[in-house]
Amino acid sequence: MKMRGAKILLKVLEEEGVDTIFGYPGGAVLDIYDELYRTPGIRHIRTHHEQGAAHAADGYARASGKVGVCLVTSGPGATNTVTGIATAYMDSVPMVILTGQVPTKFIGTDAFQESDITGITRPCTKHNTLVRRIEDLAPTVREAFAIARSGRPGPVLIDLPKDVMQAETEYMAPEKPGSFHDAPAAPVDEEALQQAFRLLRESKRPIIIVGGGIVMGKASEELKSLVETISIPVASTLMGLGAFPGTHPLWLGMLGMHGTYYANMAVSNCDLLMTLGARFSDRVTGKIASFAPHAKSIQIDIDAASINKVVDIDVPVVGDCKTFLSRLIELCREAALTVRPEDRTEWLNDIAQWRKKTPLNYTKNGRIKPQEVIETLQRLTDGKAIICTEVGQNQMWTAQFYRFTEPQTFLTSGGLGTMGYGFPAAIGAQVACPDKTVVDIAGDGSIQMNIQELATAVGNNLPVKIIILNNGCLGMVHQWQEIFYGKRYSHTEIGDSSPDFVKLAEAYGAVGLRASRPEEIEPVLRKALETPRTVIAEFIIDPSESVFPMVSPGGALTDMRLENIIAHD
Amino acid sequence: MEVKNRTISLIVKNRPDVLARIAGTFSGRGFNIENISANVTMDPSVTKITIVTTGDSATVLKIEKQLRKLVDIITVNFIPPETSVQREMILIRIKIPDNSSRSELLKLAAQNHCRVIGEGEATVTLECTGASEEIDRALSFFKVYTIEDMSRSGIVAL
Ligand SMILES: Cc1cc2nc3c(=O)[nH]c(=O)nc-3n(C[C@H](O)[C@H](O)[C@H](O)COP(=O)(O)OP(=O)(O)OC[C@H]3O[C@@H](n4cnc5c(N)ncnc54)[C@H](O)[C@@H]3O)c2cc1C
Ligand SMILES: Cc1ncc(C[n+]2csc(CCOP(=O)(O)OP(=O)(O)O)c2C)c(N)n1
Repeated sequence: MKMRGAKILLKVLEEEGVDTIFGYPGGAVLDIYDELYRTPGIRHIRTHHEQGAAHAADGYARASGKVGVCLVTSGPGATNTVTGIATAYMDSVPMVILTGQVPTKFIGTDAFQESDITGITRPCTKHNTLVRRIEDLAPTVREAFAIARSGRPGPVLIDLPKDVMQAETEYMAPEKPGSFHDAPAAPVDEEALQQAFRLLRESKRPIIIVGGGIVMGKASEELKSLVETISIPVASTLMGLGAFPGTHPLWLGMLGMHGTYYANMAVSNCDLLMTLGARFSDRVTGKIASFAPHAKSIQIDIDAASINKVVDIDVPVVGDCKTFLSRLIELCREAALTVRPEDRTEWLNDIAQWRKKTPLNYTKNGRIKPQEVIETLQRLTDGKAIICTEVGQNQMWTAQFYRFTEPQTFLTSGGLGTMGYGFPAAIGAQVACPDKTVVDIAGDGSIQMNIQELATAVGNNLPVKIIILNNGCLGMVHQWQEIFYGKRYSHTEIGDSSPDFVKLAEAYGAVGLRASRPEEIEPVLRKALETPRTVIAEFIIDPSESVFPMVSPGGALTDMRLENIIAHD
Repeated sequence: MEVKNRTISLIVKNRPDVLARIAGTFSGRGFNIENISANVTMDPSVTKITIVTTGDSATVLKIEKQLRKLVDIITVNFIPPETSVQREMILIRIKIPDNSSRSELLKLAAQNHCRVIGEGEATVTLECTGASEEIDRALSFFKVYTIEDMSRSGIVAL
């Protein structure tokens, strides 16, 4: 049957299981929007900025595990998505971005609202394509989904000239539906597996670092099973939080620049470091020469390019972490290998000492402490909410003090560190998981970067909770100025220039709440969580509170500033 | 580790932006391209690209891994100099002041396996094909003359 391009596009999206699109209309995509009007199977959420649409599609993808889809017009619509695409690229999020383009015969003429979006996004997409001929449309879209979700996931952009959307061609059903992305995970090299097993068996002071790859690879169950079989302590990167229960006795928390004292000490003193789906960010390693100096290392990653990129690895394994862990568990079973905590007392005692001496804590002083807000939120939601963050101190306090218990419940911009990510991502997550509590933990700076999306949340009855930790400044940058720039607070004070967030919420038709004293934390949080509407809950926090521990950039992980942490000797 | 020239041969899908992707991978990650050539193959849907890059063996491995991630790249191979043939070509137009230097130059050209492909009033144009070192050597002989213009290709390798 002959069909127009716009119709073929939507048909292929439906074949790929797409039921939700985040987007913003414009001239170059009018044909697609016209077709959407007649396609009841696809829900379209119109945001109020294309950056919001891109982050919402990203949040949808991270929370659901499906490919997020975003649709925008040519020119400014397309360029507005670039930060969202780069954010998803750095954190390996599967997304398909559909951009309108001027008609093919105008391409290259500086036509109205023309931009070379495939050129612009080439370095921040996993792949991108300009569809020049209608015959290429369906195969290109199918390929885009396959690429986005296979191997190391990532965003794929398809640029769609208006005339291609209007042209007609014979619609062809896919040859083998779903064949590409359902391809079984590549086998793990048996030799490397045996080597890893041998090292694990011989090690006296092992540690596992988990990263975003465990979340993407849905390997939490296998991880827990291995950890409990051989009693290995687990630390996580920012992106791995949620992959392992934050309440487990073998849990060490996050490592790295703002990691826990005991996670950083354990990594620095281990004799074996097994890294699963993490890419050794500079925020994680600190000074490379001092990183895990006494350890043999095993790294498993689905992307060969992540291995031996910054840290030299003794046993590199290219493959899927779920498959790897399953095989490792089998090997333990075959060899009847179990290690109980009491068989590892020396190592676990060392860790217990570090934990006891320098726990994660903070000093109360009669003002609201952000850590207390997050601890209370943790208690009231039983660690089961979907938590999004903005970027800065709010993000680090969340990583430290919310004990995540389930994968895919922590949505944060780790690699790019995009302020303005959290709120639209929360909208996407709430659309994906309508029955879950979804919270964005924000700073008073970041929240204003995509505040316009309040209209999207309210307009779609999405009961997202925004918690603003208001410290009157761009806190994380302020903290660096305090420590490294002689307290010269150049342009980081926000002071009174913020709007009244309660009134702002009300102006948008959301609910606004505020707490200024510690005893108000719990009632305000309860009220926010019980209200089935979009809520802004503002907490006026102690502006002098900083994030510790802190490793200076390029410093060794053992070299931590602990300032406000109460240490016990 | 030793930093040296290494030749990479790529078979890529013949798509309009594939060269931009490859070049972007090098520039975005701080790798060098010393020279590059792109050629048609027996199969019109694919192109063969030969790139000479510099780096130690660890860097070159990183380049290889990043290139393999590009969707339009079909194969990535390193061409070891010992077991391959690698050739470059130059076209060079040389100014000659008088006829005695002309015959001298033609003799030099013959000794260096250069072909004479054009003779003008006051110029001789030569073509020379060979391994990079041979081309360098030929060039060193021609340096005593005034080189009016020159064009040097990238490497092709088998
Ligand atoms: C203000 C700020 C401070 C920060 N401080 C810290 C900090 O203190 N500590 C910290 O850890 N981070 C910190 N970060 C985050 C940091 O920048 C990185 O984003 C993060 O460390 C990367 O996490 P990851 O290594 O798990 O990699 P990800 O980016 O999540 O990458 C996942 C890896 O897993 C691989 N993978 C994917 N799927 C699979 C699979 N199925 N099987 C196997 N492998 C797979 C991928 O190829 C990739 O290599 C901070 C960020 C900000 C903005
Ligand atoms: C888009 C963007 N611009 C600038 C930065 C640099 N930056 C990192 S943290 C930060 C301060 C964030 O302030 P706020 O949102 O109030 O959070 P806080 O650190 O106070 O919790 C800034 C400006 C960034 N990460 N992203």
